Amino acid sequence: MEPFIVHEGLVAPMDRANVDTDLIMPKQFLKSIRRSGFGPNLFDDLRYLDEGVPDADNSKRPLNPEFPLNFPRYQGASILLARENFGCGSSREHAPWALVDYGFRAVIAPSFADIFRSNCFKNGLLPIELDEAVVEQLFRAMYEQDGFRLKIDLSEQRIEGFGSESLRFDVDEFRKDCLLKGLDDIGITLQRESAIRQFEETHRHQFPWVFDVVEI
Amino acid sequence: MGQTLYDKLWSSHLVEEREDGTALIYIDRQLLHEVTSPQAFEGLRLAGRQPWRISANVAVPDHNVSTLASERSQGLAGVQDSVSRIQLQTLDDNCADFGIPEIPLDDKRQGIVHVMGPEQGATLPGMTIVCGDSHTSTHGALGALAHGIGTSEVEHVLATGCLIQRKMKNFRITVEGSVGQGVTAKDIALAIIGEIGTAGGTGHAIEFAGSAITGLSMEGRMTLCNMAIEAGARAGMVAVDDTTLDYVKKTPWAPKGELWERAERYWRTLKSDHNAIFDRDITLKAEDIVPQVTWGTSPEMVVGIDGRVPNFEDMPSDTARAGLQRALEYMGLEAGMAITDIRPDVIFIGSCTNSRIEDMRAAAAVLKGRKVAPSIKQALVVPGSGVVKAQAEAEGLDEIFISAGMEWREPGCSMCLAMNADKLEPEQRCASTSNRNFEGRQGSGGRTHLVSPAMAAAAAVAGHFVNVEHLEEAV
Ligand code: SF4
Repeated sequence: MEPFIVHEGLVAPMDRANVDTDLIMPKQFLKSIRRSGFGPNLFDDLRYLDEGVPDADNSKRPLNPEFPLNFPRYQGASILLARENFGCGSSREHAPWALVDYGFRAVIAPSFADIFRSNCFKNGLLPIELDEAVVEQLFRAMYEQDGFRLKIDLSEQRIEGFGSESLRFDVDEFRKDCLLKGLDDIGITLQRESAIRQFEETHRHQFPWVFDVVEI
Repeated sequence: MGQTLYDKLWSSHLVEEREDGTALIYIDRQLLHEVTSPQAFEGLRLAGRQPWRISANVAVPDHNVSTLASERSQGLAGVQDSVSRIQLQTLDDNCADFGIPEIPLDDKRQGIVHVMGPEQGATLPGMTIVCGDSHTSTHGALGALAHGIGTSEVEHVLATGCLIQRKMKNFRITVEGSVGQGVTAKDIALAIIGEIGTAGGTGHAIEFAGSAITGLSMEGRMTLCNMAIEAGARAGMVAVDDTTLDYVKKTPWAPKGELWERAERYWRTLKSDHNAIFDRDITLKAEDIVPQVTWGTSPEMVVGIDGRVPNFEDMPSDTARAGLQRALEYMGLEAGMAITDIRPDVIFIGSCTNSRIEDMRAAAAVLKGRKVAPSIKQALVVPGSGVVKAQAEAEGLDEIFISAGMEWREPGCSMCLAMNADKLEPEQRCASTSNRNFEGRQGSGGRTHLVSPAMAAAAAVAGHFVNVEHLEEAV
């Protein structure tokens, strides 16, 4: 996983509430067995005028000229500014994969759906929750100013580039540490292998039926 | 201080707590399916890791399978869509490679993972259960801690036997009294979501309690817990009682003999202590709940069958008015119109919410001796598993459906998420027993109204939504 320490980038809007994972990554692309290459189909229904099918050549498809991510001014954006309850809906991890594959490193919103938020952290995408009023101000600043960029410093938990003062944000300590080091969860957990083995033995003793092998 | 059911399940699986409040939770059972597992297996292979405990896992293909008998009769080779075939083949290959037990596509026990699990006894009371599908909350009906996880977490559980979690808050929703005729677990679930909203349970584990809940069958409890995630809660659960134990005892993989006695003694303790503290506690009156129909693009956009689509004046804010506007445009409805004036084109009875035998019986009871209205373009009944299908056929329910003019299909997720050929065309309107009415959920541009099986059947007959209790007058 790519570490996230400081990131500076162009900000683009997803200006509606309750953006669900189906909108982020429409289900027809879930048939893929890979975990990369979803970027061109991010927000597929909104981004293109035709219907997306897996494994199509997306570069030849008609773009929706009214969808902000297609505007020249937002090309190369790496920070997504969004509204409340972003990422609601299914647990599909294809949603953060698509955002990362597109080039996003952070999403800023007033709130996120639980599963989506944890899926973001696991994939090196930083979800930042800010007050609704602050997000509103950021939207305004972004619309007013072409090439609106922000600098996100994870170790300091600060965002710079908006007004004279930097914005502070909260982040779970454990998640922050993993992101900063680019550590994957599994490696961290396996450091506790003996504790898990020990627990498992007691558990097996208490609840032996759980360990019955299912014969198919 | 007393413990809630959730507290008990949590503490009996807590391996260790970390300083930051996250914890390692031991996972008893992981269910795998073809859509969210391939990348997890890929990850294991890339890192050269082996599954922690192979027998913790059970796999079954369900999301992306055809429901046509013609296609299914030829097994994997019969799968027409090549992308789907690769995905299904990959599940078989991964299970074979790692030695993970899999119920194959052509097995009678195959079915939607949340129908198969409880039905086979793969999921049991007191277990921690995970699956890469958000409706894993279903299994909480057994008195288990069950929730959906993402693919990285699937890989994490495969590799470590544990999940990194943060303890959720306790939320009890009590429904007291008894529901009226024609009101089902689905209506209770939708009424709760209408009350607390789709984010109402975020960060909480919901325990459903009260006489209206304990009065439900296991099928009904599963329907209810299934929808907990639509109220924002990753886990929903119901305490263990005789209904639970009677159900579990009949399942093939339940413990037997002395082990059963031991398990039962423990399972009977799986309920909240009388002095347990809940962070949130609300009570609904069962008598107030009527059959529900969603009118919009979120499960909280729901109203009783005797109600109307909201008016702009009813909305509290500009954001809410804009939301209503967008939902109405997408759904092709007018503000203030009566729910009974909405006319579906398609009927879908199925999904892990409502495809169990009780659901089949409820729909068949309405359709018996009746016909699907001529205005209905397609009407699908998709049983949740091969076991449900066989039972329904033994009871002659398939014949009732077929003679009413419905299609009787093979088990799978089908039009719940429309990954396969079962999907809505743009602007088609569907009375669906599934759990999500998001834009495009049942097919790009498709319009979903969530209802119970009996209400879907009633709409099929009348050609418009109608209180199933008043169907006689409507036709
Ligand atoms: S029926 Fe629908 S909600 Fe249930 S497991 Fe299948 S896709 Fe998920």
